[in-house]
Amino acid sequence: MKSIVIRGGEVVDATGSRRADVLVEEGRITAVGSDLTADVTLDAGGCVVAPGLVDLHTHLRQPGQEEAETVETGARAAVLGGFTAVLAMPNTTPAIDSAGVAREVLDLGRDACCDVYTSGAITVGRAGTQLAPMAELAALGVRFFTDDGTGVQDGRLMRRALEYARGLGVVLAQHCEDEALAADGAMNEGAVSARLGVPGQPAEAEEVMVMRDIALARLTGGRVHFQHLSTRRSVALVAAAKAEGLAVTCEATPHHLALTDELCASYDPVFKVNPPLRTAEDVAAVRAGLADGTIDCIATDHAPHAPEVKEQPFDEAPPGMLGLETALAVALTYLDLPLAQLLALLSWRPAGILGIEDTHGGPIAEGRPANLCVIDPSATWTVEPERLASRSRNTPYAGMTLTGRVRHTLVAGEAVVIDAECQR
Amino acid sequence: MKHLLGVADLPAEDIDRLLTLTDSFAEVSRRRMPKVPALQGRTVTWLFYEDSTRTRLSFEQAAKRLSADTLSFSVSTSSVRKGESLRDTVETIEAMGVDCIVVRHRSAGVPHQIAGWVSASVVNAGDGWHEHPTQALLDCYTIREHLGGLDGRRIAIVGDVKHSRVARSDAWAFTTMGAEVTLVAPPTLLPPSTEGWPVRVSHDLDGVLADVDAVYLLRMQQERMTEALIPSLREYTACYGLTRRRVDLLGDKAIVMHPGPMNRGVEIAADVADLPRSVVIDQVRNGVAVRMAVLFDLLGSGRDLEAK
Repeated sequence: MKSIVIRGGEVVDATGSRRADVLVEEGRITAVGSDLTADVTLDAGGCVVAPGLVDLHTHLRQPGQEEAETVETGARAAVLGGFTAVLAMPNTTPAIDSAGVAREVLDLGRDACCDVYTSGAITVGRAGTQLAPMAELAALGVRFFTDDGTGVQDGRLMRRALEYARGLGVVLAQHCEDEALAADGAMNEGAVSARLGVPGQPAEAEEVMVMRDIALARLTGGRVHFQHLSTRRSVALVAAAKAEGLAVTCEATPHHLALTDELCASYDPVFKVNPPLRTAEDVAAVRAGLADGTIDCIATDHAPHAPEVKEQPFDEAPPGMLGLETALAVALTYLDLPLAQLLALLSWRPAGILGIEDTHGGPIAEGRPANLCVIDPSATWTVEPERLASRSRNTPYAGMTLTGRVRHTLVAGEAVVIDAECQR
Repeated sequence: MKHLLGVADLPAEDIDRLLTLTDSFAEVSRRRMPKVPALQGRTVTWLFYEDSTRTRLSFEQAAKRLSADTLSFSVSTSSVRKGESLRDTVETIEAMGVDCIVVRHRSAGVPHQIAGWVSASVVNAGDGWHEHPTQALLDCYTIREHLGGLDGRRIAIVGDVKHSRVARSDAWAFTTMGAEVTLVAPPTLLPPSTEGWPVRVSHDLDGVLADVDAVYLLRMQQERMTEALIPSLREYTACYGLTRRRVDLLGDKAIVMHPGPMNRGVEIAADVADLPRSVVIDQVRNGVAVRMAVLFDLLGSGRDLEAK
């Protein structure tokens, strides 16, 4: 393995920032200092050298929907976006609810260009009626369980899941959506949905489940992570739960901090996502929650869909949008936060929630695994769907100019992205 | 105009122009030989993903009176049933050489999507709960015919506004033309928000009737009961049906309108539907002339010159 030096960048991690070169050999960081040399030099002039980003919410679509994405193509999209680790969601076909399927995903991940972790389903088939074999999955290293795509509707089952998970020391994550209230809502319910004549789902469909699970965290002493929070009151509920000392964390997506439901007026299903794009007031609350620490991290909810399934009537098209390749740039473009705080949201905090801080998101120091990204925070670029590495094209940012671009990404010491080009 | 997708963004001048154009086609329709060669050589096709009798027949009659060729497409016997995507269907039909696609779909926004995929003109013949622009135009025309104009007229739209594309298009067209619109319905049958709509809202039909020049009844659908939106049709009729007793609250000159098909005995009492003040048949008659005006406006000689 050739040695690599990342030269001339500003090194930023949880411990602070300093101008230094970073030497990488045999998968590890072997020196951080000045005037280092190696077989390969990666220019980081004007750039920030940071721990690799960690995504807690990636739909890799394998097994079952390989026409939308595969572990291989999703990982390529990830590293181009600066991510060195992603957590696969379990709503595949079949669902990741048994050791067999989890093993398949982890095996595929071993050949991918970033580290692939998998979550497990909370219930068998994500059907919400019977607990999945969580101990069996935990034995394979699965630390994160969710029925993502749907929420666990039955309060009693969720209570038992939280109690059972406590015994295993794993995290339960919830896609908060009360299905009875959400009904068949295809977008946020409000002034825009009323005007467009599109069935809406109220913010309360999300909030009642956040409320319920906070109560269940209190009841069980269990640990809950709220996925893709999108409403002003959801953020307020989590802030109150944290103030009370409950073991809750949460994430928000790039699109919920950048885009509003007005975009649905085009009737382009590329703007259909679940939870739906909300109002400007909700977007402001998500940004404030990220700034004040109520929201622990940014997670992409990267949800690829093949063009033929997205080119449907708005209310029939499946929800979801791409996120991996644009997440960092969207955050840099729309959030007015110091870079170190932004990197905390995208790297070391999600790594901590997943419990992988020993390999990802940790300080850039001698002896640490070389999972790194090099970011040019002032580079501007225009999102061109046909140039994305994902197998799908459903980005809501098509044609938009964003600020901030990943220049290089190193995974286990290998330069998988050089000058914004994937090397594999 | 290239497409007619809705009336929400249609300025009063455009509506006015189409209504004036309708006058000349209403005249054509009264002739012994009600046919003009205006759209000879043009092809209009129907893409109806939802059942419709009057709208489809009305468009067909309009196209034929303009001498356009028509191509029929039946969703129930087509490849749509074999899983063909909307986009593939539309592009296939366009490749056969059509100038105009008249589309009805159960989902809001489908005509907008189609307009983005094809170069033919697209006419929205009803999309989900969203818009039904030719209905709004024929309603404007009918009101003008009976009340002399829309400016300053007071119109109540009564019933299931939430799920009604007719109500949306009418509310926007009527108010654009200067009318005052009151939506009358139980809260469960109103849109989740009427923020930004230039309308008043009432839950008391009796309190509204005395002050209106026209009362527009919407079709009440059976399935609304299963969604817990109303307890029963009986209770709906008791509160919001236009009964004989309620007709007596109306002013002498006030007219009664309905987009059809009517549920006699539910939103409108059987004998009320047949009163002289009921203009339902005029609405249907005017529908043909309005649709002739729309097709001519989109495909007529003006467009020809533009294309060359």
